[in-house]
Amino acid sequence: MAYEPVLLARANKADSTSLEGYRLDGGYETFARVLKDMTGQQVTDAVKSAGLRGRGGAGFPCGLKWTFLPKGHPGPIYLCVNVDESEPCTFNNRVLVEKDPHQVLEGILLSSYAFKATTAYFYIRYEYGAGMRIMQKAIDEAYAAGLLGKNILGSEYSLDVFIHRGAGAYICGEETGLIESLEGKRAWPRIKPPFPAIEGVFRKPTIVNNPETLANVVHILRKGVDWFKSIGVPPDPKNPRDAGSYGPKLYCISGHVNTPGLVELPLGVTIRTLINEHGGGVWKGKKAKGCIPGGISMGLMTEAEFDTPLDFNGPCRVGCLGLGTGAVTVFDEDTSIVDVLHNLCRFFQHESCGQCTPCREGTGWMFKIMDRFRKGQGRREDLTVLEEVADKIGIMPGTTICGLADGAGWPVKNAVRKFRAEFEKYIQDGSASRSKPLPMAAH
Amino acid sequence: MIQNNTMAGTGAEKLSTTVREQIIGLLVRYPSKQAVTLPALHLVQEALRCVPFWAMREIADILDLSPAEVHDTMSFYGFFRTDKDPLGKTRLWVCRSLACQLRGGDDLLAEFCAKLGVSPTETTDDGKITLEFAECIGACEGAPAVMVNDEHRLNIDQPEKVDALIEELRAL
Repeated sequence: MAYEPVLLARANKADSTSLEGYRLDGGYETFARVLKDMTGQQVTDAVKSAGLRGRGGAGFPCGLKWTFLPKGHPGPIYLCVNVDESEPCTFNNRVLVEKDPHQVLEGILLSSYAFKATTAYFYIRYEYGAGMRIMQKAIDEAYAAGLLGKNILGSEYSLDVFIHRGAGAYICGEETGLIESLEGKRAWPRIKPPFPAIEGVFRKPTIVNNPETLANVVHILRKGVDWFKSIGVPPDPKNPRDAGSYGPKLYCISGHVNTPGLVELPLGVTIRTLINEHGGGVWKGKKAKGCIPGGISMGLMTEAEFDTPLDFNGPCRVGCLGLGTGAVTVFDEDTSIVDVLHNLCRFFQHESCGQCTPCREGTGWMFKIMDRFRKGQGRREDLTVLEEVADKIGIMPGTTICGLADGAGWPVKNAVRKFRAEFEKYIQDGSASRSKPLPMAAH
Repeated sequence: MIQNNTMAGTGAEKLSTTVREQIIGLLVRYPSKQAVTLPALHLVQEALRCVPFWAMREIADILDLSPAEVHDTMSFYGFFRTDKDPLGKTRLWVCRSLACQLRGGDDLLAEFCAKLGVSPTETTDDGKITLEFAECIGACEGAPAVMVNDEHRLNIDQPEKVDALIEELRAL
């Protein structure tokens, strides 16, 4: 049976961004009902029992995060909406915000009401100018309709939403980096604990969620916990720590496929299905060599691993870091793995914030080594060095403050382990395998 | 605080009333004045195509910060430029991340460099276009993609589309 999209149900409608259009489809009815009949605690309980996990990359249970807020805090409590969606190959939140801003806004309202936030900062990356303007219009409409501001819909509850634009830094997607950036400082991630729920932006309790997670909250409250849990993959009974992978997920498909795009499916679809049924297959009738499974930080998969389900556990079983953002980028059989890894290393070297030495230096060295490879001067021992650096930088080995370095190391580890033969051949061929030089200053 | 009269230049080195008022208008949104740093930098760069040192001082003055604090934040984001290196009329970003690279992003950047006669980060002689490379701009379904200021343009995959875009931006 074909899956009926929920989050993207309105995306292709002619009038998908206006308040009027959203209301015709039952928009804000859920919020009005919740405001009248439910307490914040009940909303949190519903989200918790639905097993909603954050869609931003780490997959942390959303309701659980909310319960970390101190009980009976006098306020203010803040919500930061993380739309600094900078993970390469990821664009699900952009589409959500551009196509259905009121759905996101209703999610913001419901969530803020649940944990009594009085101000929500919508931190959107500078690159999403269109999304920012569409969202601003939606916020203005909501204020005019009494859905935002003081005493919303005649209730005791008040909420302000402000848009805050980023300035092109990947690290602002890390929640404490985002908080520092919002405070007007360098976006250097903070040492945790304290976690943002205890001490976040402006030293007050703060919850950071992304639009896709918040949009899911709307549908949990609209259609119920049972509906949400009927979608996706239940927890692995053999793994007591698995929280399950329930609900819909937006998957981005890009790279060497015939029809790149965004598709909403139940969690747990395989990469092969995604490519063949939703991405139109690999382009030019070629075969795939591999893909990145969920943003480049999650590592690399070979074509043989394409039957891996994209739920919160699947990618881990083949040595990837996790589901990540659910952004699959396919590269075909004629793509050099050296070029792919060079591109990924260049990204992390450029985006490392420079706070922790292992990450700042490590990403730089990995990029230098890859650059040498591309010039045909790779050495066999470089593979060992790459693996060693990749293994030792990050929050898991305990050498950095945030997870950027783990994400930088993962594709390197995966590439060297899974595509070693190709690297070795590249080294052997020496200058004969040299890749095409990149345009000036594109390094 | 450093006084304005210690600086070289004329009285023209002052933010317009509009920009000042816009910055001051944002203060109510945040419990700390420092939080207005990024929005203020955006407003200034939008208006002046750069953030000169005298403007950093003025922002610091409005936000009760030291100019060094404004500069500290600003220099973290490669996005902002000082008056040594101001932006042209339009900032054109060419994405160089994986999804675009796989579909010709590097070639596209090279093509723009050649046709505009500049390297990335440089501005054309007529001051119309500043060319930049960008890390993933989140438009991977339309790779190779570029950004005109902050708006995406998708599927710039033919030389004619490059020519048309350059022509459009030159006419602005």
